[in-house]
Parts: sequence; structure tokens; C-alpha cells
Amino acid sequence: MSTLSATTAPGRTRRADGAVKSRAPREASTGRTQPRTSRTIWSVVAVLVSLAWVFPIYWMINSAFLPLDKIENPTPTFLPFGGTFSNVRRVLDDDSFWAAMRISVTVVVMVLVAALLFAFVAALAISRFRFRGRKAFILTILIVQMIPAEGLFISQYKVLDGWGLVNRSAGLALVYTAAILPFTIWMLRGFVAGVPIELEEAGMVDGLSRVGAFFRITFPLLAPGLVAAGVFGFLQAWNEYTLALVVMTDPSQRTLPLWLQGLVETNKATDWGVVMAGAAVIAVPVIVFFLFVQGRMTSGLVSGAVKG
Amino acid sequence: MAATAPSLPDRAPTPDGRRRRRPRFGVYALLVPASAVIAVALGYPLVRQFVISFQEYGLRQQFGAPAEWVGLKNYRELLTDSYVWTVIGRSIAFCLVNAALTMLIGVAFAVLMTRVTRGARITMQVAMLLAWGTPVLATMTVWQWLFDTKYGVINWVLSNVFGLHGMEGHSWIIDPTSFFFVATVIVVWMSVPFVAFSVYAGLTQVPGETLEAAEIDGASARQRFWNITMPMIRPVLSIVALLQVIWDLKVFTQIYTLQRAGAPTHDTNLLGTLIYSFARDFAKAGALATIMLVITLALTGFYIRHMLKEDEL
Repeated sequence: MSTLSATTAPGRTRRADGAVKSRAPREASTGRTQPRTSRTIWSVVAVLVSLAWVFPIYWMINSAFLPLDKIENPTPTFLPFGGTFSNVRRVLDDDSFWAAMRISVTVVVMVLVAALLFAFVAALAISRFRFRGRKAFILTILIVQMIPAEGLFISQYKVLDGWGLVNRSAGLALVYTAAILPFTIWMLRGFVAGVPIELEEAGMVDGLSRVGAFFRITFPLLAPGLVAAGVFGFLQAWNEYTLALVVMTDPSQRTLPLWLQGLVETNKATDWGVVMAGAAVIAVPVIVFFLFVQGRMTSGLVSGAVKG
Repeated sequence: MAATAPSLPDRAPTPDGRRRRRPRFGVYALLVPASAVIAVALGYPLVRQFVISFQEYGLRQQFGAPAEWVGLKNYRELLTDSYVWTVIGRSIAFCLVNAALTMLIGVAFAVLMTRVTRGARITMQVAMLLAWGTPVLATMTVWQWLFDTKYGVINWVLSNVFGLHGMEGHSWIIDPTSFFFVATVIVVWMSVPFVAFSVYAGLTQVPGETLEAAEIDGASARQRFWNITMPMIRPVLSIVALLQVIWDLKVFTQIYTLQRAGAPTHDTNLLGTLIYSFARDFAKAGALATIMLVITLALTGFYIRHMLKEDEL
């Protein structure tokens, strides 16, 4: 799991002069004189906590491979020995699953292209320039995230309806983009602020144009931030349920979460194995994707929170 | 976009040492696409909802009849309804309990991660990531299965491992108290990883030299934690707590899916699901959503003002 080291990657500290200083990761910042025995005890606690936390996910995957007679059994089966692929096959053979997959992928691609582009230029503006209305814009971004979406969905539905965008991927993508933009801007501004302007200026002294300096020096350094923001947007759009419920009323236009809820309601109390297979098929690709990039996501959030 | 390419003499160092570029209108052009999308898909519906909350908007209006102005009637009706107050109180209690538990466990886990071996830390990070990365609907599905009345593993463990035989065939979501217990377990379970990772990232940025210096000066581990580490990670703590309160107040999917699984809606509604249940009466839904926004601002306004003052934005 080499990617996980990203979470312990060198933290960036910003000095007063705005330069970025990288530090090597330390084993423990709060307990360097801690005796070995206490470290062992805490490690055992950590492993126990981890097991408890991961159990639901394990249970989802375990149940996905159990035949019906093991699922509907007063004594639970804790290991999927003698398991079956029939649950997963039933999901993958289902045309409605692939239809939902197509809708979800379309929506996600549209959201990512729009959100990344728009958030990036906005983040550039608020972290590289001081201008009238900058603070108001940042504050708006923060407050927008508090709007109770559940109160808005009818008006959002009406706006989309007026433009013929109900039951259309583009309509759902529009409301999703608006929903994730504030956080994406917030996150990216931390990354942009983390690249010292001096680097760009040095490039300009060496003869690059302003635009050239930006694309050859700053942009590559921002790539991790863009990847992190992209994953965040992907997760949001892929997982969202409430707005999809309102906007995609036509059963042929279901996204994957809507499809899963449908699967639950037809199969619960009859076949939890198929339901778990459906959940696992949706969840596993996301989890794998997430594992690869999450470290940068968190550090982006933290740096977004502490500097501007 | 003139402002993105200012000539060098344009920038003069300001007294505070920060280089200031004098932007022209170009900088605003950078904000236009994001602002336009937010304005169209969030701002306009918000304004519209606010306006309609002062109108009569029932079934007749949905079929084209013009909406009448009724002033504060919708608000009056809502705020004189004791059930609405029950739901408001319930939502605030749910939000505060969940946010507090999430922060407490999240910070504890973050500190724990700094005190364990590398292997244990990675185990913990993987477990947290799995819980965090799983789509919320998949999560809700598996929790329903865990708490299932007949074949759920939780009932089985309680009755066979802990000997609580009364738990066999126990229905967790019929009773409101136990419904909210289940909802809290789920919400906290999925929110803790974000807090733990953010706070851990903050902890790794606390400079070791400072802690060492304090140790040499005779500060105990506890003093070092409360007097050096905590103040240094305060910006992270406040933003994370703020987001937690916001998110927990507008919790919807978890409550809604649990209700769909067979819980009594009337006794388990929170603000989000109550607004959703008003879908036919658009004006009332709008009024209640506005009330909810005001509550959110009341709960978080202090924080935001503080952050503005400290210039943490």
C-alpha cells in the first residue's frame, strides 16, 4: 500500500515570508519519549478499533458471496467459504444495472470537467489576487455549503423542468456541479496558495513569459491538488442520492444509488445476498479509487483551512 | 484577461510584506463560471424558494393558478405547530450529539495514530478509508442488514455472545429512541474518518522542535498536548467542527433510508425529512427550509465570525 504513505507525507509549513518548507515525516509528534510498552498497548487498541470500524464493509463483501440458505440462517456465517458467485452474477447480468451505470458515468464525467475547470480558475483568483469582494466571495462559498439541500430540491426541480432538463444527465450534472464547486474551490485554493509565487517569478527572470511560467512551473505542482479535487467530485457525484431521487424520476434514467435502493426494496427480507452483491459492486471500485488518492485530499483540506 | 498577466512594475510590495498585484477586471472573469453555475443551480432556487415561502403555493398553483401573497402565514402556521418545534428540537439535539461524538472519537483516533507503530497506523488508516470511501447508499444497505430483525448479525452477537436473549428478533427501528441510536451509530461511523484524517494531518504539522523545547523546560506530556499541540491544531479543529455541525444538521439520506426500511416517520422525522414530506406544499417546504437555514447560521455564526476575525479565511 505504497499510496497510503501519502497520508504521512511531508507536511508543508508556511513561513512568514511565504516560502514553503518541507519536513520529513516523524513517527509521532506528541509522544517521542513514549516507552515501548505503551506503544505496544496503543497499537493493539488501534488494531481492535480498526477491526470494529471495518466490520460493516467486510460483512457486505462476505454476504455478497453467501448462498441464500447461509444468509437466511439464524446462525450467521462469518467466512465466505463454500461461497457462490451467483449473487454477483445476478447483478452483473441485470440490464438495469448497466443502464444505471451508463447514466452515472455520463453524469460524473460532465461534473468533473465543469467543476475542475471552474473551481481551478476561481481558486487561482482568490489565492493569487487581492481584490474587492474577495472575502465576500470566500464567505459565500462557506455559507453556500450550509444551505439545506433538502429544502431546495423542489425549486431546483422547477428550474430544471423549465429548461427541459428533468430526467436528463445534463440537468443532474448541473445541480451536482453547483453543489460541489464551493468545497472544490475551498480545497484547491489551499493547493494554489502552497505553491510560492517566487517560483513563478524565478521562471520569469529566467525568460519565461508569465503564462509560460504558470504552465511550466505552477501547474505541474498543482496536479496533485487537481487529482484530489477530481476524486472528491467523483465520489460526490457517484454517491449522491437525494437530488438524483428528485431529478431522475423516470426509472429508465436511474443513477446507480437509485438502482441500489430499488434493489433493496425489491429484495429486502427476501434476499440480502443479492442486495449486498449490488452494494459491493458499486462500492468496491470507488473504494479502490479512493485509497489511491485520499492522502492528498485531506492535506488539501487542511491547508485550505489554514492559509489563504 | 489582463489581470492574469500584469507587467512586473504593477506589483509593489505593500506595508504588510505581501505582494499585491493590482488586478483589473480580469480577476473577476476568473470567478464568473463558478459563480454563474452556483447562481443558476443554487442561488436562483434559493431566492425563489424564499419568495414563495411568503405565498400560497398548493396543488392549485402547481397546475398554473397564480400564487397569492400571504405574508407570514406559512411561517406562522409552522411556528405555532408544536410538532414542528419537536422536530426542530430533535434535529438540534441529533446534530449536537452526533457532531460532539464524531469530534471526540475523531480526535481520539488522530492522537492514537500518532502513538502507535507504523503497521498499526496503516491498518487504522485503511479501516477508516474503507468506511469513508464507501458510497452512502451501500453503507446504509449494509447497516440495515447488520441490524436486520431476523438474520442481522448484531442481534445474533447480542443474544449469543453477550447472552442477551431478549435481543433475538429485536426490531431496532420501530422504537424512536433506538431508531436514533442506530442512526447515530451509522452517522458517527461514517463521519469519524474525515475528522481523524484531518486532525492527524494537523498533528503531523506541529513542529517537533517546539515540543522538545517544552519538554526540556519540564512540561509534562499532558501540558505539552494541551498548551502546545491543541492551540496549534485549533484552525483545523474549528473548521472540521464547523463542517460537522453543518452536515449533521442537514442529515437526510440516512434518516430517509431507515424510514423507508419500516420506521414510523412521524416519530423519527428530522428537519430534512420533514421538508421532504412537505413536497406537495411548496410554500411551506420553502418556509421550513428558510427556518432551517436560520438555525444553521445561528449554530455556526459564532464560529464563522471568529474565523473571520482571526483572519483564518
